[in-house]
Amino acid sequence: MRLDVKKTYKLFIAGKFPRSESGRSYQVKDSKSGHVANVALASRKDVRDAVQAARAAQPGWAGASAYNRGQVLYRIAEMLEGRREQFIAEIVSLTGKTQRQADAEVSAAIDTWVWHAGWTDKIDSVAGSMNPVAGPYFNISTNQPTGVVGAFAPQDSALVGFVNTIAPAIVSGNTVVVVTSEKLSLPALTIGEVLATSDLPAGVVNILSGKESELSSWLVGHMDVNAVDLEGTSNATELEISAANTVKRVIRPNTYPRTGSKGNLQHILDLMEVKTVWHPKGH
Amino acid sequence: MQAEEVVGSRITNQSLRRWLHSLPGVDKVGLEARAASLATRSIKTTSKAWGLDMAIKMMDLTTLEGMDTPERVRSLCQKAITPDLDDPECPSPAAICVYGDMVPFAKEALGKSKIYVAAVATAFPSGRASMKVKLQDTKDAVANGADEIDMVIDRGAFLSGNYLEVFKQIQAIKQACQRPKGKPAHLKVILETGELQTYDNIRRASYLAMLAGADFIKTSTGKVSVNATLPITLLMLEAVRDWHEETGEVIGVKPAGGIRTAKDALRYLVVVKEVAGERWLTPDLFRFGASSLLNDVLMQRKKLLTKTYLGPDYVSVD
Amino acid sequence: MFDYAPAPEAKLASFEKSYGHFIGGKFTKPANLYPTINPATEDVLAQISHGSAKDVDLAVKSARAAYEKVWSKLSGAERGKYLFRIARIMQERARELAVAETLNNGKPIKETRDFDVPTAVSWFFYYAGWADKLDHAGLGPNPQALGVAAQVVPWNFPLMMLSWKIAPALAAGNTVVLKPSETTPLTALLFAEICQQAELPDGVVNIVTGFGDTGAALVGHKDVNKVAFTGSTEVGKIIAKQVAGSEKKVTLELGGKAANIVFDDAPIDQAVEGVVNGIFFNQGHVCCAGSRLLIQESIHDEFIKKLKRRMNTLRLGDPMDKNTDVGAINSADQLAKIKKLVKKGVSEGGQLWQPECKIPRNGFWFAPAIVDNVSPANTVAREEIFGPVLSVITFRTPAEAVTKANNTEYGLSAGIWTEKGSKMLKLADQLNAGVIWSNTFNQFDPTSPFGGFKESGYGREGGRQGLLSYLKAGK
Repeated sequence: MRLDVKKTYKLFIAGKFPRSESGRSYQVKDSKSGHVANVALASRKDVRDAVQAARAAQPGWAGASAYNRGQVLYRIAEMLEGRREQFIAEIVSLTGKTQRQADAEVSAAIDTWVWHAGWTDKIDSVAGSMNPVAGPYFNISTNQPTGVVGAFAPQDSALVGFVNTIAPAIVSGNTVVVVTSEKLSLPALTIGEVLATSDLPAGVVNILSGKESELSSWLVGHMDVNAVDLEGTSNATELEISAANTVKRVIRPNTYPRTGSKGNLQHILDLMEVKTVWHPKGH
Repeated sequence: MQAEEVVGSRITNQSLRRWLHSLPGVDKVGLEARAASLATRSIKTTSKAWGLDMAIKMMDLTTLEGMDTPERVRSLCQKAITPDLDDPECPSPAAICVYGDMVPFAKEALGKSKIYVAAVATAFPSGRASMKVKLQDTKDAVANGADEIDMVIDRGAFLSGNYLEVFKQIQAIKQACQRPKGKPAHLKVILETGELQTYDNIRRASYLAMLAGADFIKTSTGKVSVNATLPITLLMLEAVRDWHEETGEVIGVKPAGGIRTAKDALRYLVVVKEVAGERWLTPDLFRFGASSLLNDVLMQRKKLLTKTYLGPDYVSVD
Repeated sequence: MFDYAPAPEAKLASFEKSYGHFIGGKFTKPANLYPTINPATEDVLAQISHGSAKDVDLAVKSARAAYEKVWSKLSGAERGKYLFRIARIMQERARELAVAETLNNGKPIKETRDFDVPTAVSWFFYYAGWADKLDHAGLGPNPQALGVAAQVVPWNFPLMMLSWKIAPALAAGNTVVLKPSETTPLTALLFAEICQQAELPDGVVNIVTGFGDTGAALVGHKDVNKVAFTGSTEVGKIIAKQVAGSEKKVTLELGGKAANIVFDDAPIDQAVEGVVNGIFFNQGHVCCAGSRLLIQESIHDEFIKKLKRRMNTLRLGDPMDKNTDVGAINSADQLAKIKKLVKKGVSEGGQLWQPECKIPRNGFWFAPAIVDNVSPANTVAREEIFGPVLSVITFRTPAEAVTKANNTEYGLSAGIWTEKGSKMLKLADQLNAGVIWSNTFNQFDPTSPFGGFKESGYGREGGRQGLLSYLKAGK
């Protein structure tokens, strides 16, 4: 007989896979309460490090051409497809879904990456505008990423909910610090491995596993975070009040469905800023 | 040509400003696209061999560290005299570039070889010292026998619009390069393009330096985060080309810092050829300021001769 | 000195002896053959089938069947994934495609490698992303495909033009029959192989090779719903007449005589580059080429001097050499046309200047040329030459520049060189052209609509607007 080599699940920050700075871990169990893995339990200092990494990566990611970002997102879909079996196994183990249901969830996760990949270079063609102002001026409005997004993936979705949380943030050039579902964190952490092999620059997505209740006030309160997606939080109203201190953009829980094979343009736009440019015309 | 003639009036800060700001603008995207396009030229076989040898001949082999010692300078000079012990045909670099206090050691070590000694001066690299100090720095190096002086411009003065100050400093240093007997030291003027930042500034600084009497315009000290780049060098080559058409004077260009590979060096030669013209393809008019470039060129040179890739342990460290 | 030694690209493409048409996912038996050549050497590369009306009919039937049975039933997301696959395979085979294009077209490998093929790929990537987002195209919810598209493309950018046609058509849910130019069919036939590798359902893409009569049969076929043509204005007019009274939707991308306007406050060195790129890119075989230089009189002499100096560095010769800037003229016919027009322009007072170039013994070549001192009435100021010939006209004021630039039956593109933004934007408003470039020229991007005013055609390719050429509003 041969003994399996088991994987250690770690955080994903700045393109690396560190354990929690706190040295803590917690046990992730399968749907029958059996032990599956000890996973890093992120701390507020991991939040701090992750936000720093996200901020450092943001100008470069936003500065990449939309075409390039689209190619990278499509590459993520390709890499995810190649690891389909691993994700199915993780989903089945953690959620008790059937093989077929898990397979469908992985398909949806792949397809939503493809859907998002196609948006990078179309957002402004659909949501930007040339404004016919009453004067001799050229006037256009474009959409720009808001910056660093702090996000909480839904607690009840192992994979597709997580993907539908990070993809709409990064598609436009934001970078993201995302807290996974506490109980279903394994597929999200494995996504880190997919991202690390997909030409996505380090720091664009930073993944923290742990207790939303412990981390949320630190991430939402962080003054260098521009927007928060509170989907997976338990005390959203309190957090929204905290976010108001620095006028963060807020996505409230249950605003957008997160289980489908496509996202929502409005979700993408919620994490963007409209910029209008004026210039005189005349010779 | 006299500066007044070129500017068309008495030299004042105002007239300099008017003159410099009347130069055509530089479009960043277009300039960089042109440089990128020239960088795709494919240099093979005989032209590669010619280019590699020329790159060595154009090199100012440089050591500019606080920890430089006479011994270190001597060994660099030895390397310059015989870059490749196995191949006596291998050419030598144009010059050794050192701090002023190292000039005597370099002169001694180079002996009768035709390799020049260049000294950085004028409170290199920041240029933040009184004019008195800068002049003395230069005079010391000239007195020690430096063949070439690499001075830095006062970027603070330039960026604050005090063009006259920059102009006067260059002129004064040019004076300090004179020798009572014998040839004056050649003056290379370092613009420190990484601090001037915009291409419009770089074009203006190039013209200002040429107006004040630079023999060479040089991109960088090698001590800031952005040093020589292909587009910057292209822009400066356009400047010397157009200056020549206007005044008949032939000025050299020296990119320095960040050029580390033979491939890079060949790209610069392509730009020299296609922008300024073949006339500039000589060590008299084009130099590379580099420290690690030589070994990569030597490795490529050997590869071309032996058809085998070398590892870094097969050329001497210096 | 530093003369570049030959740097030939490896011959990474190989061709069959002869090709049939690509119909219903398979190649037909080669028939009614004619040779396709390398215009730089006049060597025969392969034998190509000259498609008949019957071949066209089979192809249209195959496209119709694929549309009804397969393609219209697929979700947008799945159609998109096919297009992504095609884009990826094209990337994988990019160098091979570039070599094939250079061999068959005569354009430099530098251009096919760095421009034609990457641009073609980007078109597929871009429209792949549209396939599941058609609700955002601007026609309201649930817009509908048109059906079968008949597409006829020219020889100047064979693969790129194919991608401009096929990618949006498929994304919108149409199936296609495409006819490449008679002189440059090879990359289209390689593309057919790529469709096979992508497992694209049979009949979604069909390729019929041949001459003008083949194209006429395709455009005139009763069962096509859409006609898309890129080529000469002369043929465009014939097509517009041919489809009159039918329900076929039409896009025409035709000739041009673009003005490249250079003001005295332009970034001069970049303007020289832009003018060179504007007219000598692809030997001037570009419908939107900046073939008329409108130069402000005050800087005429200085600018022309700089331009000539730059032209002296252009390297004409073997298109497969990586350092070649100017390749071969695509055909003997085209070369004869260029020569005739230039001769006429000179007889009407134009001053011809060409740098010294070594012209290869075989193949079709024309050294880059400036015709200076051209009056607006000169033939070379009015007729599209479609070759490396720049006509130089002067102006004194912005208003005069606009008047002269607009004084043509064409309206495809224009260039404006000035560092003064407000002047540029005002001129852009006043110029009657579908694409205005400022301080750049010959830029193309799948996100950016391209097409002309006036006799340069109608409809747009690229961008969201390019999608509308292949859609109708949902019911």
